[in-house]
Amino acid sequence: MHSQLIILPILFQALIAVILLFLWSKPRTQRVVSVLGSGVSVIISALLFSQVWNNGIQTMQIGNWEPPFGISLVADTFAVVLVLLTSVVGFAVSIYSSTNVVSSRVKFGYYAMFHFLIMGLTGAFLTGDIFNLYVWFEVIIISSFVLLTIGGRKAQLEGAVKYFTLNMLASIVFLTAIAMLYGVTGSLNMAELSQIIPTIENKGLVSTISLIFFVGFGVKSGVFPLYFWLPASYHTPPAAVSALFGGLLTKVGVYAMIRVFTLLFPISGVNQTVFIVIAAFTIIFGGIGALVQKDMVRTFSYLIICHIGFMIGGLSMFTEMALVGVVFYMFHDIIVKANLFLIGGFTFRIFGNNKLSEMGGLMNNYPKLALLFVIPLFALVGIPPLSGFWPKISLFGASYETSNIGLLVAFIFASFITLFIIAKIWNQVFAKHASERDDLVKLKYFNQFTKREKTALIFPIVFLALITLYYGFFADHIQVLSERISYELMHPNEYFEAVFNIKNETTQ
Amino acid sequence: MEILLAIMTGILYAAGIYLILRRSLVKLIIGIVLLGNGVNLLIFLMGGLVKGRPPIIPEDAKHLEGLFADPVPQALILTAIVISFGLQSFAIVLIKRAYKVVKTDDIDAMNETDRI
Amino acid sequence: MKSIILSSASNYLLPLLLLFSVFVLLRGHYLPGGGFIGGLIASIAFILHAFANGLKKTRYLLRIHPGFLIPVGLTVAILSAVAPMIFADLPLLTGLWYPDEIPVIGKIGSALFFDTGVYLVVVGVSLTIIFTISETV
Repeated sequence: MHSQLIILPILFQALIAVILLFLWSKPRTQRVVSVLGSGVSVIISALLFSQVWNNGIQTMQIGNWEPPFGISLVADTFAVVLVLLTSVVGFAVSIYSSTNVVSSRVKFGYYAMFHFLIMGLTGAFLTGDIFNLYVWFEVIIISSFVLLTIGGRKAQLEGAVKYFTLNMLASIVFLTAIAMLYGVTGSLNMAELSQIIPTIENKGLVSTISLIFFVGFGVKSGVFPLYFWLPASYHTPPAAVSALFGGLLTKVGVYAMIRVFTLLFPISGVNQTVFIVIAAFTIIFGGIGALVQKDMVRTFSYLIICHIGFMIGGLSMFTEMALVGVVFYMFHDIIVKANLFLIGGFTFRIFGNNKLSEMGGLMNNYPKLALLFVIPLFALVGIPPLSGFWPKISLFGASYETSNIGLLVAFIFASFITLFIIAKIWNQVFAKHASERDDLVKLKYFNQFTKREKTALIFPIVFLALITLYYGFFADHIQVLSERISYELMHPNEYFEAVFNIKNETTQ
Repeated sequence: MEILLAIMTGILYAAGIYLILRRSLVKLIIGIVLLGNGVNLLIFLMGGLVKGRPPIIPEDAKHLEGLFADPVPQALILTAIVISFGLQSFAIVLIKRAYKVVKTDDIDAMNETDRI
Repeated sequence: MKSIILSSASNYLLPLLLLFSVFVLLRGHYLPGGGFIGGLIASIAFILHAFANGLKKTRYLLRIHPGFLIPVGLTVAILSAVAPMIFADLPLLTGLWYPDEIPVIGKIGSALFFDTGVYLVVVGVSLTIIFTISETV
C-alpha cells in the first residue's frame, strides 16, 4: 500500500515555509504566498482524506526501510480528518493574519514559523513512530514558542517563560517514558509496540510507563493539575496566533493521548480510575476558572481546559460509543475554539479592549456581526441544532451506560457553566449599552479599516462558522465518520496490519 | 557500570528538578539543561551497554556479527541533543529578553499574566 | 580583552577548522561525523574568530547574513529528501547512490546532500543566535 500522497501535507508546508524564509523582508508577498499555500494544502489534505476514506489506512515507510526499523507514517481515518481540520484552520488563520498581524512581526518570520507549526501538527498526526511523535512535538514547541514571543511585549515574554518551561518539562517527561518503553520492549514503532506490550509479564512497569506518558501528554493538553501555563500564555500573542493555539495545540496533546491509550496501553484498572478522576477535576476547575475571569479571551482559555476534560473523560470510559463522542467533540472543538479566538481579536478591534466590563452594544451597532458571532458561541454550549449538541449525546449516553455517575454529573455541570458564561458574554458584549470607548489606546479600530482589511477579518470567521453549521445540520455525516474512527481505534489490529502490510482475507 | 550510570541519571534528574524549583530564571534554564542530559543518559542506559563494539560494519563485511551495541539509542540521543540544542539556545535568548523587559530575575515577580 | 596570541592564531585556525568541518561532514555516512557535528565545528570556527577579532570583522568575513544559510540549507535538504520521490517513485528520504566512487569525496548520494543541508542549517542557526546574543551585550 505504497502511496506518495501521505507525505505531501507535511512536505508542502515545509516547502511554503522555506519559500517564506527566502522572502524574509517582503511582508506583502509573504501574505499572498501564505494564503495561497494554505489554500492548496487544504486541497491536498482533502485528497488524502478521500483516499483514506475509500481505500482504508494508508502507510509509508520513510527511507524505504522495512516496517519496524524505519519511521512509518500511518494515515488512518482519525489522523487524516485531523490533518484536514488543521489545514482548514490554518487557511482561515492565514487569511485572518493578513490584517491582524502587523508587518513588523511578519518581518521577524511570522508566516514561516506559522507554516512550520502547521507542518509539526500535521506530522504529529500522521506519524506511526513514538519517537518521531516526540520530534514533531518539539517542532511544534519551537515554532509556537517563536510565534508566542514575536513582538516582545512584556506580557508575551512572561507568558512565554511559563509556556516554554512547562512544555519543555513535558517533553522531558515524554522522552523519559519513551526511554523506559524502549528499554522494556526494544521497539519504537507504534504498530509493533501494540503487539509487544500485551505480552510483557511485568504489568506494574507497563502501568507506570503509561502513567508517565499520561503526565507528558497531560501538560500538553492542559489537564487538571498541569494546566496553569495555558491561561497564563494563550491570551498574550495576537489573536491569529491564539486561535491557532486554542484550536489545535492542546488538541494535539489529546490526539497523542487517544492514540497511545488506545493503541499501546488500552485503558483499564487503575489507569481508568485515574483518568476519570482527573477528567472530572479538569472539567470542574476549568469551568470555575472560566467563571471568575473578567476578560473575554481569558474566559475562552479556561473554557479550553474545561472542554479538554470532556475529551479525556470520554476516553477514560473506553467504550466505542464514548469514543464516538470524543472524536466528534474534538472535531467540533477545534473549529469552534479557533473561531472564538478569532472573534476575540475582532472585538478587540471594535472596543480596543477585551475586558467584559468595557464592551457592549454589539447587537445595536453591528447586528449582522452579532448574528455571526452567536453561531460559535451557541455551538459551544450545544444548543440543539448546532454542533456541540451531538457529541454530548454520545458522551452523556456512554457515561450513563458505564454508570460513571460522577463523570456524568461533571459533564452536566460543565454544560451549565458554559451556558452561564455564554449568557454572561451575551449580556456584557451584545446586549448591554455601549460604554464610552476610550480612544487613548493606540490601535487601528475596526471602523478605520479599508474594505479589503474588513473582508480579511470577517471571511475566516464566516468560513469557520459555516463549518460549524455543517457539523450541526449534517451531523449524520460526522456521526458516521466518528463511528468509523471509533471502530478503528478500538480495533488496533487493523493499524498493525496496515503498517506491516499483512493482507487479511477474512476481513474483506 | 550500569549502577554508576543509573545513579548519575538520578542525580541529574534530582539536580534539574531542584534548580527548576528555584526562583531564578538562569537556574531554571540550567535545570532544564541538566534534566535534558539526564534523559539522554537514561536512553543510553535503557538501550543496554555493550563495551567496545560500535555498530559500524567493517569494510570487508556485509553485516554486523556477534555482539554489538544497539545503534537505536545512539540515534535517539543524537536527535534529542540536536533538539535540545535548538530549544535551549532559544530559551537563553528568551530569558535575556525577558530580563531586559521585566527587569528581574525572579520568576515569582512575573505574575502579570496570571492576574484576573 | 584583546589577546594577540588568540587573534593571530584565529586567522590560521579559521581555515583549518573549516577544512576539518568539511572532512567531518564527508566521512559522516559510514563513520562517526556528519552534518550536525560538521556544522557545529564550522560555527565554532567563526565564533572563535569573532572572539578574537570582534564581531564586525567576522561579519565582514562572512559577507552574507548567517540567517540566509537557514533557508538555503533547508532547500538543499528538502530537495535531496524529495529526489527519490520524483526520480524513482520511492518513499521520502530513500538513499539514492551514484554507483562509482569519486576521488576525495568518496561515494556520493542523496544522503550526502541531505547532510550538507543540515550542515548549512546548523551553521546558520547557531551563528544567528550567537551573533544576536553577543551583539546586544
